[in-house]
Order: sequence, then structure tokens, then C-alpha cells
Amino acid sequence: MSAILLEVDHLTKRFGGVTAVNECSFEVQEGSITALIGPNGSGKTTAFNMITGYLKADSGHIRFRGDLIERPRPADLYRRGLSRTFQQARIFPELSVEENLVIAAGYSWRQLFGRRVSRADQDRARQILAEFRLESLLELPAADLSYGQRKLLEFAAVLMSNPKLVLLDEPTAGVNPVMIDTMERHIRERNAAGVTFLIVEHDMQLVMRLCDPVIVLDQGSKIAFGTPLEVQSDPLVLEAYLGG
Amino acid sequence: MHALIQAIILGILTGGVYALMASGQTLIFGVMKVVNLAQGALVVLGAYLTYSLFTSLGIDPFLSILITTPILFAVGVGVQWVLLRPLHGDDIGQLSLLVTFAVALGLEGALSFVYGATLTNVQPTYANFSWTVLGYQISLVRLVAFVLSLVMLGVLYLILQRTKFGRSVRATVQNPMSAQLLGVNSQRVSALGFGLGAATAAAAGSVFGMLNSFNPGSHYDLISRLLTIVVLGGLGSIGGSVVAALVMGVGSSVVSALASPIWSDFTFFIVLLLVLLIRPRGLFGAKTRGSL
Amino acid sequence: MKRMITRAGLIRAGVFFALLIIVPILGGPVWLLNLLIFTVMYAALSSSWNLLGGLAGYPSLGHVAFFGIGAYAFALTFSGSVGDGYSPFLVLPVIGIAVGLLSLPIGWVSMRTRADVFAIVTITFLFITQTLAFNLTKITGGAQGASVAAPPFDPATYDWPFYYAMIVLLAIAMGISFYFSRSKIGLSLSTVRADEDKAHGVGVRVTAVKLIAFAVSAGMVAMVGGVWAYYIGFIYPQFAVDPLITIGMVLMAFLGGRGTLWGPVLGSFILVPAQQFFAQSFGASQLYLLAYAAVFLVIMLFLPRGILPSISDRLRRRRAAALGAARDAEAHTADAVTPEEVKA
Repeated sequence: MSAILLEVDHLTKRFGGVTAVNECSFEVQEGSITALIGPNGSGKTTAFNMITGYLKADSGHIRFRGDLIERPRPADLYRRGLSRTFQQARIFPELSVEENLVIAAGYSWRQLFGRRVSRADQDRARQILAEFRLESLLELPAADLSYGQRKLLEFAAVLMSNPKLVLLDEPTAGVNPVMIDTMERHIRERNAAGVTFLIVEHDMQLVMRLCDPVIVLDQGSKIAFGTPLEVQSDPLVLEAYLGG
Repeated sequence: MHALIQAIILGILTGGVYALMASGQTLIFGVMKVVNLAQGALVVLGAYLTYSLFTSLGIDPFLSILITTPILFAVGVGVQWVLLRPLHGDDIGQLSLLVTFAVALGLEGALSFVYGATLTNVQPTYANFSWTVLGYQISLVRLVAFVLSLVMLGVLYLILQRTKFGRSVRATVQNPMSAQLLGVNSQRVSALGFGLGAATAAAAGSVFGMLNSFNPGSHYDLISRLLTIVVLGGLGSIGGSVVAALVMGVGSSVVSALASPIWSDFTFFIVLLLVLLIRPRGLFGAKTRGSL
Repeated sequence: MKRMITRAGLIRAGVFFALLIIVPILGGPVWLLNLLIFTVMYAALSSSWNLLGGLAGYPSLGHVAFFGIGAYAFALTFSGSVGDGYSPFLVLPVIGIAVGLLSLPIGWVSMRTRADVFAIVTITFLFITQTLAFNLTKITGGAQGASVAAPPFDPATYDWPFYYAMIVLLAIAMGISFYFSRSKIGLSLSTVRADEDKAHGVGVRVTAVKLIAFAVSAGMVAMVGGVWAYYIGFIYPQFAVDPLITIGMVLMAFLGGRGTLWGPVLGSFILVPAQQFFAQSFGASQLYLLAYAAVFLVIMLFLPRGILPSISDRLRRRRAAALGAARDAEAHTADAVTPEEVKA
């Protein structure tokens, strides 16, 4: 019996005349790896942006860990345990790999005035880099990383704060097959350790392997929800992907 | 009541001239994403050119626009091509902003060298002519200036809507990347856009020289007003800046009539801050789409 | 990546300040001391500006407003008497803190906007302050100016207290800059500069660190303004709130290197003497503005990142070239480990 971690309730967003997300409602169960899929322009990233506070919803609201989030703001949500990655692997190129991890670990007001990278920070950064087998990159400026490495770094960084729920926006887009496997393995490991995932992804094979349940959006609305198998055979889904 | 209406009339007429200056600046921002801090200095340059043409050759200030606009168009193209185009690096926006400030300083220095720092004015014979309509004074120069500004704005509108260059400009404003993919030469569009923006400054400058006393340092006053207008109008929206210019013209003239001229500009800065407090993107600023 | 307090760094700072301190004692000529006062003043201003413009990436064009406010605060407090002449210096921290607090709402409003609009809003703030200085005649004396009582210093060493006060302010500004870059404040500011939206997304206290940088930067500039007012003794709105001072701060930081500890100092020690030279050579004809603009353009076009970053870049590239092969090999193994791991 698992609890509902994230509840999205009738979320709507319009850009001028276009309704990007339309009365969209869904739930994410604690401990799941939920996929959010849909054709291009179906409103997945817009939904992500509203859930994480980057975009103000026109109507509707979200609940996280049972609390109604009145005014979602990225930094508040992050501290409450909801974090996200971006499609284009946004890291801080001027900072070192270590600093990228340290800043994402969060800090108290007192620590704000303390050392840039404390001994404890170093230990945590090393630990997670070891898990990701990126120890050798510790001192490098993040600008020197390959694209795949940046995606891994961004992923590792959002884990630094021990989040409850992580939203991944196309974690494997544009990376090589080996890196896709690596990413998948890390997601599974973290999920086993208690982190819930909500993933936007275009690689359907990966979604079918990794995710359960799957939510399908089309033109801003939820059109299907279920196990990968159920969704795959849903006529509405087939029409959304093939027709139109 | 009479004073209020008189102030509103005056404000609309003045606002039209500011709309012309601001639309040039907005055009430059739209095409290049550069806030041109030299727009005020270009207006002052236009005013001095008119002044010279009038005092030494006796050319009518309104007619001189036909001469000053091409000159400032060339100056604008030159500034973009020589000073802005070569800029590179991460924060090209900041660099461009500072370069336009340097251009303003340079123009101020050059004009001070040539004309000195004393206040001057372009005074054709009809400068003080005015009609009285229903008890309200309407100055000839202000009215012609207003109409002329409308005409220039109309020409600008036609250039943007009807010409191939205009289409390239609009494409660049909307999406520089895809415009480039569609074969728009963005450097050329930028240069022409900057030239066009400077040309509106020339036209506005001729008028400005008749309506106000000016010296090479006047560009600070001008730019502070222009910046207020373009930010209020929402950077990049020409329509927005025209509306903002009229609002500012009327507001400023009403405040100076009812309170004191000293505080008329001040009111505007305060309005700007209040607007930004509520809408950081300005009154008509476009909301960016949700792609982060 | 110099994170430690290196011995080389300490020695560099020690030698620099020792040299500055020793100049008057060795009996440098009056013109030199006068030039140094303004050079150190700009170094302090530019270093303070750099806390916000360099570290946080918010290029304020209105900082001279705080300079002017500090100058007027000082002038109004000490228009009657300055006692022994030294005690007014002790009031500077009060001015600094007061202006820092006053700047908080201004910072809060202006930093809701980004990049270009921020520059515009701050420049607007400059014009507001100048308008106030001209028109609040009851307080500021308007265009008539305001005067500070003359201190009873020995004419032979009259300039010394002002000079040393400027040095102290420079040291404080550099100390804060150093402290910021070694603390989480600096780390947070770097993320704000690089990608503010992403910084929000990883829980950085963006608003707090921006406001800290803004207030500290404004307070420091105000204290420098106070010493300046004391030194020149008579202030007018157009000189206390002069856009050229703002541009000076910005330009010197750009020339030396934004976001670096020594960049603003280096920039000041190059540009202030140059500026004085121009002013003396062409002052009467206003041509110095042209010369200044030309220097300005040359810096933007040919040294957009500043002297120090360009040098350290070149050094880094040379070192990277030497280490290049080794590092490549290492990176490859890092990538190559993963597939075996997956299969295993």
C-alpha cells in the first residue's frame, strides 16, 4: 500500500490562444517510476515547468506529500524534496564538478556564510561521484565534460539533496547507447533506495522497460494511464502517436 | 480644468516626438537585443546637424530632415558594422550595452568640441507661432512635429510590413535562429535596423532642436526618458513604446502644469519602478513561452 | 580554482598594500599622492561594484547613486564642524550600513529584472538620485552645492588621512570580495551569474545572496563617497552623482577582469592615471570624453573578458596542452568502465 506523493489537479496553461496543458490531472505513487509520454507538443515539458514552479499555472493546483502547494517556487520545492533535471542538461559550466554537486546539496543560513566547499561537502561529493564512477572528474571545470557526462552530473547533483521525487526531462536524449544503459541503471538503483521518479522520455523501449505506470498526454490532456502493456494497446494512444 | 486640458494637448504633441525616438530605439532592441544607450546622443546629433544646416545654409529645420536622416542612417550602420558586429564572448549583451554608452560619450565629446557646451536652439521665424482653438493654445511647431512624427512612424510601419527588409527584420525579431536558417543575413539586418533606428533619431532630433534648448550633455535627459518609455512599453514592442511615449508625454506635462516642472520626469521614474514591481517585463512585454 | 589562501596570494596583497602605505612616508610628490588617492578610490569603487556586477553578474549602471548618497550623508552630517578631523572617519561605517539597508528595497525591485532591463532600471535610479540632489534644495543645497567643514590637518600632510582612509576601504572591499569567493555566498553567486533559473532549481537562496551582494556593494560605495566628499570639501549634484563615475567603476572592472579579486584594482591603476592624463591634456576642450570613449571601445572590442581572465586562460590552455594527452586517456577510461559494469 503506497501513498500518493504528487497529485496534479486540473492544471491548465494557455499561451496566447494555444492551450498547452488542458485540465490535466494525474498522480504519482510513492516509490514508482512513472513515465509521462506523449507526442511532441503534447504539453509534457510545460506540465513539468508548472509542477516545479518555473511556470505559473492559469488554473489548477498541485499537492506534494499531501500538502497543497499554494505558490510553487523551484527553490522551495527543491528543499521540500522535489527536484528536476532539464532537457538540455543544465549545469554550471564555470564551476568544478565538485562545486556543481556541493551547491545542489543545499545549505543552512549558517552554512551560507561558511566555507565554499567544506570537508563534509567534499565527502558527500566524492561519495556520489564514486557511485557514478566519475571520481576522476572531481576537479575538472564542468565546461570540460562531454554531453553525456553533463547529463550524469546534473542527475547526480539533484540527488545530493536526498529528494523524495525527481522529475527527469528526457534523461537519455542525445546521449550514446552506453550512457543510456548507465542512466537506466542509476535510476533503478536510486528507485530501489526509495526515490520516486517522474520521467518524460521519447525512447519508448526504455519507457517500457523501466517505467510503471505510464501516463500519456495528448494536446495537453491525459488520454491514457496504466501499465506499459495497457497503454501500448490503447487505441487512443495509437491514434495520438500515429494519427493526427 | 483649462490648465489640465491644455497640459494634455501639450503632452500628446510632445509624446508623439518621443514616440518617434523611442520607436527607433525599440526597433534596434528588437533586431539586435541591444538597448541603445546612444539613442539620446543620436537625437542630439540630429539636432545639431539641423542647427548647422539652418544657421549656415538657411535650410528650413523641417526640410533638413531629408538631409539629416540619410546621414544618421549611415552613422547607425557604421556604429553597428564597426563597433557592435565584432563583439564576441559570453556576455555580448552587456558588452553591446556598454559600447553604445561609449558611443554616447564619444558623441558628447565630439559635439562639445565643435559646438561648445552652451545651450542653443533652432529658431526659424515661425518658431513661436501658435493658434488658439476654443481657448487652447496649439503651437505650430509642435503640431507639425506631431504630424511629422506620425508620418515617420507610418513610413517605418510600411517599411517593416511591406518590404523584404521589413520581413527579414520581423523574422529576426521573432526568432533570430530560424530567421538565419531561412537565409536572412542577420548582420545585414542588424546594420540596417540600427541605421533605421538612428534615422528616426535624426528626424526626431530636428524637431527636438526647435522645441527645446539643448547642449551636448542633453542626451542624458533624453536617454533617461527614452529608457523609461521603452521599458514601460515592454522592450521590443513598437506599438507598446508609442503608447508608453504618449502616456509619458501627457503625464509629464500634466505633472509639470499642476505641480512643478521639476518633478515631471521624477514622476515617471517612480511610475517605472512601480510598474516593474508588478510586471517585471513592462506594460506590453511579451510573455516568453514555457521552454526553459 | 584557487580555493586555498595561498602564500603567494598573501605576499602579493602584503607587498601591494605595503607599497601603497609607504609612498607618502617616503615623501612622494603632492601630485603623485593626489593621483593615488583617486586611483585607490576607484579601485575601491570598482572592487565594490565587482561584488555585484562581477560576482553576481548584475551589471549595475547606477552605483554612483550610492556614492552620491554617501557623499551627501557625510557632507550634511559634518557641514558645521569636524572636531579634530579624525572622528568623522569613524562615522563612515554607520553611513555604510545605513545606505546598505536603504539599498535593499532598491535591490529587490531592480533585481526582479535581468540583464538589459536591470541595467536600465539602475541607470534610471541614477537619474532619480541626481534629480533629487538638484531639487531637494532644502537638504542638499541643490545646484549651489553642499560643503563639509575643513579639518584642522597639518597642511604638509593634509592628504594623508584621506589617502589612508581610501586604502582601508580598498582593503575592506578586497577582503569582502575574497571572503565571498571562498564562501557559499560566492558559490551561490556564481550559479546566479551562470544560470539563475537553474540555480533556483537546485535550491540556491538566490534572492538572499543577490540582496547581500547588492547591499554590501552599495554600502561600500557609499563609504567611499563619504571620504570623497570629505576630501574635496564641496560637493555639487552633477559631480557627486556623475554617470562618468559609474562608467569608471564598470570599465575598470571590465578592463582588469570581472569577478576576479585583482581585476578591478589592476583596471583602476591603468585607467585612472590615463584618465587624469587625458583630462589634463584635453580637459578644456572636452576632447577627453572622446579619448575616454575610444579607450572604452578598445577594451570592449579587444579585451572583452579583461586582462586577468585572458592571461589565466592562456596559462590554463598551455597547461592543458601539456596535460592534454594524459587527461584524455583518463576521461576515456572513465567512460569505458561503464559498459563492463552494466554487463557484469
